[in-house]
Amino acid sequence: MNNETKEPLLKRLMDNPWLLLVLGVLVPLLSYTLWGWIELALIKPALLP
Amino acid sequence: MSYAATLPAPGAPDFQGAVARRCDTTGLSVCLTAERFIKFNAVAAVVFLLLGGIAAILLALTRWQAVHLLRVDWFYRILTFHGLNMLIFWILFFEVAVLYFACTVPLKSRLFSPKVAWLSFAMMLSGAVMVNVVILQGKADVLMTSYLPLLAHPLFYLGIILVAVGTLIGVFNFFATLYVAKRDRTYEGSIPLVTFGALAAAIIAVVTLLHGAIVMIPTFTYSMGWTAQPDPMWYRMIWWGLGHQSQQVNVCAMVAIWYLIANLSTGAKPVNETVCRGAFVLYILFINLASAHHLLVDPGVGATWKIWNTSYAMYLAVLASMIHGFTVPASVEVAMREKGHVKGLFGWVMSAPWRNPAFAGFVLSVLIFGFIGGITGVTLGTQQINIIAHNTLRITGHFHATVVGGTTLAFMAVTYYVIPLIFRRDFIWRGAARLQPWLFGGGILLVSLGMSFAGSLGVPRRDYDIEPAGIFGPAAHLFLGVMGVGAILAVIGLLLFVLLCVGTILFGESNAGRPMADWGTAQAQVGSRAGSLADDHWAMKGTIALTAVFLAAFAVYYFANWKALADVWPVR
Repeated sequence: MNNETKEPLLKRLMDNPWLLLVLGVLVPLLSYTLWGWIELALIKPALLP
Repeated sequence: MSYAATLPAPGAPDFQGAVARRCDTTGLSVCLTAERFIKFNAVAAVVFLLLGGIAAILLALTRWQAVHLLRVDWFYRILTFHGLNMLIFWILFFEVAVLYFACTVPLKSRLFSPKVAWLSFAMMLSGAVMVNVVILQGKADVLMTSYLPLLAHPLFYLGIILVAVGTLIGVFNFFATLYVAKRDRTYEGSIPLVTFGALAAAIIAVVTLLHGAIVMIPTFTYSMGWTAQPDPMWYRMIWWGLGHQSQQVNVCAMVAIWYLIANLSTGAKPVNETVCRGAFVLYILFINLASAHHLLVDPGVGATWKIWNTSYAMYLAVLASMIHGFTVPASVEVAMREKGHVKGLFGWVMSAPWRNPAFAGFVLSVLIFGFIGGITGVTLGTQQINIIAHNTLRITGHFHATVVGGTTLAFMAVTYYVIPLIFRRDFIWRGAARLQPWLFGGGILLVSLGMSFAGSLGVPRRDYDIEPAGIFGPAAHLFLGVMGVGAILAVIGLLLFVLLCVGTILFGESNAGRPMADWGTAQAQVGSRAGSLADDHWAMKGTIALTAVFLAAFAVYYFANWKALADVWPVR
């Protein structure tokens, strides 16, 4: 029987630099870069006067 | 051959003089490879700080309309030079030094690879020199942002790419060292908080430098005539993923340094490790979204994108700053009270080691960053309020409080320990060193306030001459004068700092074989006991009172700005 107590999720997250790295890259890339890039890409060309 | 992170035990044949040494002050093992590259990067950082500082006084004496020193072409040239040297080169070189320290000394580990460290340093240095030469030749008068369709010489972009990729390689060395230190179990449990703060800075640096590569490579190929011009709106958005996020790397490194100096000067320990680490996690996840502040009046991106990134998700990073802004002074207060300095609400403040320039610089950094930089940043980053402040000197006033009053002052403060502990030289002119943080901090406070008030009167940023507009009265000129006087004081403080550093490295007395000369640390009273207030939540009542003052100041400033916005369209 395994009597080891599992560490809290938050502590495991904080002790995992690789997961923090992935999340730290993903969140701004999705929220700022990708979303913003899509908004710019969807702008319709202006009509010439 | 497999790489081992473990340092040899003290007394082993390759310990002294070959692989590692024992610090005579802290007793910690210091990897000599890491020490060498901490020195290289720190020295390069101070050289670029000096260059940026000389540019700063030329600019301030030009924006100070009564002096108006430079010619118009040289104003924009020096403004480009100042921005890149201060915001990119000085900061990134120092941060690489901080990363190499944080992944080796606290973890009792070797640096992963000297070859990688050489490659990183060589790329960064050659890139920075390339950029500076091109700017001074007059081939890159495009300001730091180099917004398209302004176009600089290709070597300008290539230099920035070299700096960005070189820094990324240094960051890789940091992560690789973390990996092998964990694998080889050079430490037990979680990494120390200082290393965790550096980890947060390194993660943010990865995002930052990726944006730098994404935007600079196509701009470089365009400048060579190989590809079409990138879309200017796209350029602005991706560039700010480099330009603003690089300043968030600073914030993490600065906060890590706050914790370090608090510990070195007063013996403070984080009041709650999980809360402090949680605040760093909030930085990792959300602080980079602040780049959107720069696009608040751009037509290309919509209101939802702007408001989400600046006024919702971003506030989680603001929450992190407020947590650190509380826990850092609270940890100092608890440490001081445990040493017996318990008189009244602020007796611990009066008994703090103010003669220690690292402590004084750290406290000024916390105050200027929090009270001026933080409050103005959150307010100016609100989409609606931003419309009355965008592209005015208020923005410049804000980031001189965060990056200069906060980050640069914190980096200067920690140098009062770095040079004795890493270069193993005791500081010369210790009286002047004690004055330096006050001179620099006081000067930059005046710069920031002068800019902010002039900006409130509508004075634009990046503008060579406001007189032709004919709309700025004596008040605007008075505040520009305040900025100029502050700049003179700050640059004197900066020059004194450089003189102290260079003089100490060249002529300072060696402290090898003995502890460094003490700057002054908090002394324990008779009968006091470490850890005695661990469960006493009122032990931080002075910090709670200071926090109340901070929140009141925040509320007043925020209200005043909404009122100013409402006055734009008075309804009677």
